Amino acid sequence: MPNMSLKKNEMPSQEPQVRSRNFEEVALGYTEEQAIDEARRCLNCKNKPCVGGCPVNIMIPEFIAKMAEGDFEGAYQVIAKSSALPAVCGRVCPQESQCEKYCVRGIKGEPVGIGRLERFAADWHNEHVSEAPIRPGSNGHKIAVIGSGPSGLTCAGDLARLGYEVTVFEALHTPGGVLVYGIPEFRLPKAIVQKEIEGLKAMGVRIETNMVIGRSLSIDELFGEGFEAVFIGSGAGLPRFMNIPGENLKGVYSANEFLTRVNLMKAYLPGSDTPIQRGKRVAVVGGGNVAMDAARCAKRLGAEEVYIVYRRSEAELPARAEEVEHAKEEGIVFRLLNNPKEILGDGTGSVRGMECLEMELGEPDASGRRRPVEKAGSEFVLDVDCVIMAIGTSPNPLIKSTTEGLETQSWGGIIVNEETGLTSRPGVYAGGDAVTGAATVILAMGAGKAAAKAIHRQLSGEEA
Amino acid sequence: MYKIVKKRELNPTVTLMEVEAPAVAGKAQPGQFIILRVDAGGERIPLTIADFDRERGTVSIIFQIVGATTEKLNHRQEGDYIQDFVGPLGVPTHTEGLKKAAVVGGGVGCAIAYPVAKKLYEQGCEVHSIVGFRSRELVILEREFEAVSSRLCRMSDDGSFGEKGLVTDALRGLIESGEKYDRVIAIGPLVMMKFVCKLTKEFDIPTTVSMNPIMIDGTGMCGGCRLSLIRDGRRVTKFACVDGPDFDGFEVDFDEAMARGSMYRDFERHAHEETCNLFKGVENHA
Ligand SMILES: Cc1cc2nc3c(=O)[nH]c(=O)nc-3n(C[C@H](O)[C@H](O)[C@H](O)COP(=O)(O)OP(=O)(O)OC[C@H]3O[C@@H](n4cnc5c(N)ncnc54)[C@H](O)[C@@H]3O)c2cc1C
Ligand SMILES: Cc1cc2nc3c(=O)[nH]c(=O)nc-3n(C[C@H](O)[C@H](O)[C@H](O)COP(=O)(O)OP(=O)(O)OC[C@H]3O[C@@H](n4cnc5c(N)ncnc54)[C@H](O)[C@@H]3O)c2cc1C
Ligand code: SF4
Ligand code: SF4
Ligand code: FES
Repeated sequence: MPNMSLKKNEMPSQEPQVRSRNFEEVALGYTEEQAIDEARRCLNCKNKPCVGGCPVNIMIPEFIAKMAEGDFEGAYQVIAKSSALPAVCGRVCPQESQCEKYCVRGIKGEPVGIGRLERFAADWHNEHVSEAPIRPGSNGHKIAVIGSGPSGLTCAGDLARLGYEVTVFEALHTPGGVLVYGIPEFRLPKAIVQKEIEGLKAMGVRIETNMVIGRSLSIDELFGEGFEAVFIGSGAGLPRFMNIPGENLKGVYSANEFLTRVNLMKAYLPGSDTPIQRGKRVAVVGGGNVAMDAARCAKRLGAEEVYIVYRRSEAELPARAEEVEHAKEEGIVFRLLNNPKEILGDGTGSVRGMECLEMELGEPDASGRRRPVEKAGSEFVLDVDCVIMAIGTSPNPLIKSTTEGLETQSWGGIIVNEETGLTSRPGVYAGGDAVTGAATVILAMGAGKAAAKAIHRQLSGEEA
Repeated sequence: MYKIVKKRELNPTVTLMEVEAPAVAGKAQPGQFIILRVDAGGERIPLTIADFDRERGTVSIIFQIVGATTEKLNHRQEGDYIQDFVGPLGVPTHTEGLKKAAVVGGGVGCAIAYPVAKKLYEQGCEVHSIVGFRSRELVILEREFEAVSSRLCRMSDDGSFGEKGLVTDALRGLIESGEKYDRVIAIGPLVMMKFVCKLTKEFDIPTTVSMNPIMIDGTGMCGGCRLSLIRDGRRVTKFACVDGPDFDGFEVDFDEAMARGSMYRDFERHAHEETCNLFKGVENHA
């Protein structure tokens, strides 16, 4: 008899007042009892609507059934057939718009906590099972992967398992992509990413950091060095600005800069060499995961007041529901239907405030969401000394501009065959944010998998 | 890890290091830079590629000790290692087609200007170099500039080296005496570059400046290095690490760049009390 409770097992978490002062993980994870109890809420539906909502089609009822029996390793093995990064995706997937959105238990009550269960299985595996890494014999083919975010790491792992000699080239000094420089420790502990990377190395994947492809080496030179295929997983790191007056004042950051200083450069740790402005009153412009992360980091750095300034309403906030809720609990103030007009300087080049306008929702726009329109004469000034712009990013033009014949969309996304990831250049594949623009970890991972399959087919004539 | 194969003090606050970095050496062009981290946990700082040797796989950097990281770097000795060393970054300086150019270097900016002067000279361009320092003890690369310049003007604030005066005085002298330059390339403190541009604008001589805002990643990801160009009356944002570091000096908003450059001054004072003497020297006088 399944557990018919209408509510998910609550996630044990650090108290808001405590966690808003530290960088330790907010959500602590289910206990074994909670995991089993939650797994028992699954009805093992014949038509599996949840599976269709998962971009990589994890066999959800199958893994949850194992969990209900207390077979956590068995559950992990089911997940591992479809996902390379369950400990990550269980934590950061926007479940409410993917797998859990289609869960029948969600029709009346809350859906099954699929993400939380996935996280539990992955954490349990990491804690209890230490596999000797399988290092297959080399098949003699060399593959280059550009970028070590989720797409690149997944592609590298799948190819290494098939015997390819894979080298990952990463521009920064630490591999992991956004998982390391963007998403903060309190949402995704870096030890988890580190473990994935150590696993790849143990399988024989070489990771060369400090290599900017397009500068240190070009894609043509990679082929010259004997690589037979290249996967581009370089993400969408180029920050957008609003082009409003005052945006270059001291105290205005892109979210990428702010988060990189905090996460990658560890500016939050005492003794770090990397400076960061610890704003007293901070406005974060935007409503996605990036905005929530920046706001919550600013709070943890000691800000008294942190605002999220977003031009649409609550319903349109693109961030994960859980992050919005956590941000509110931590005291972040949401200024919805507000839009910045100008950032005001104090005469010495620093920020003293931000002039905003109130908005109202009009007719639906191209994205299907109601378009925000300015309310005339509604200007007001938000009293802040630091502004963080989190209004989106696009793919960096560096690789495109140094690779002849690589076709991209007008906004920079690399054009690929959707199924294989093959670009307009033979032997060159791409996936993740570099193709789609800023999206999700799970989609990037899926794209890395698809490309690995296609590369294998190209070089061996076999299906993976 | 990247090995320091040579270390030489050029003056009491400026040091040259030759670092083993074959990947960087293989591709380096004048005008490009590297980003390094001295140790794990350290800050990422940009430094210009002052010279490179493709055969030996080495890259030279010349840095002024101004704060915590350059201080830490200066404590490393020959045979020691640097944690991270990434490059070459940025767009190489455009030197194509130049027949006669003036290269203006101020203080440690001379380290950035030297490889450009050298490249111009090697491609057959007539190079007039103007180098300025606060005083004689701070002079760097005098002989190197001599070797790649058809004409070399030495300037100092106190007259202890070459002539007393600013680099702009020397440049004005040359222009007014009838020298015709295809381009002026000015590299040094922001104030110096601003005033060089003011001068060359008078005479309508195209001028390139090398911008050095605060950087982190150097790949176009953070936007921390952004600066404004005023182009046809409109403000355009550029990222110095990928669009530069060279820019058309007539377009750069120097005042904004100067304000942004002081962003972490208070933070850095903790780490290092002394501000840069060379830069200060020029600032006081420009
Ligand atoms: C702050 C933040 C929070 C987010 N939160 C979530 C979330 O909660 N849930 C979710 O699903 N998604 C989230 N995302 C989005 C998600 O992280 C990305 O969609 C995903 O990381 C994309 O993966 P990727 O492999 O395409 O690229 P990235 O993770 O961007 O990795 C690209 C890597 O390539 C490197 N690189 C770039 N250019 C070069 C070059 N020329 N040479 C060598 N290396 C290069 C970069 O340094 C980087 O390491 C968030 C993103 C951010 C920024
Ligand atoms: C593209 C580029 C090329 C450069 N090339 C050289 C070079 O060849 N030789 C050299 O000596 N320096 C060069 N610089 C400047 C060098 O990066 C800084 O001096 C260095 O980052 C200071 O680090 P620090 O930790 O020792 O000092 P900090 O403690 O960070 O700073 C000390 C003082 O220096 C100022 N400062 C900090 N960063 C910079 C910066 N990027 N530019 C100017 N002033 C800064 C601070 O405001 C402060 O007053 C270059 C900068 C760029 C962007
Ligand atoms: S990977 Fe993401 S979408 Fe798929 S089941 Fe797991 S949490 Fe849901
Ligand atoms: S839809 Fe929900 S209840 Fe049905 S199988 Fe999927 S997770 Fe279980
Ligand atoms: S240094 Fe980060 S974008 Fe230029």
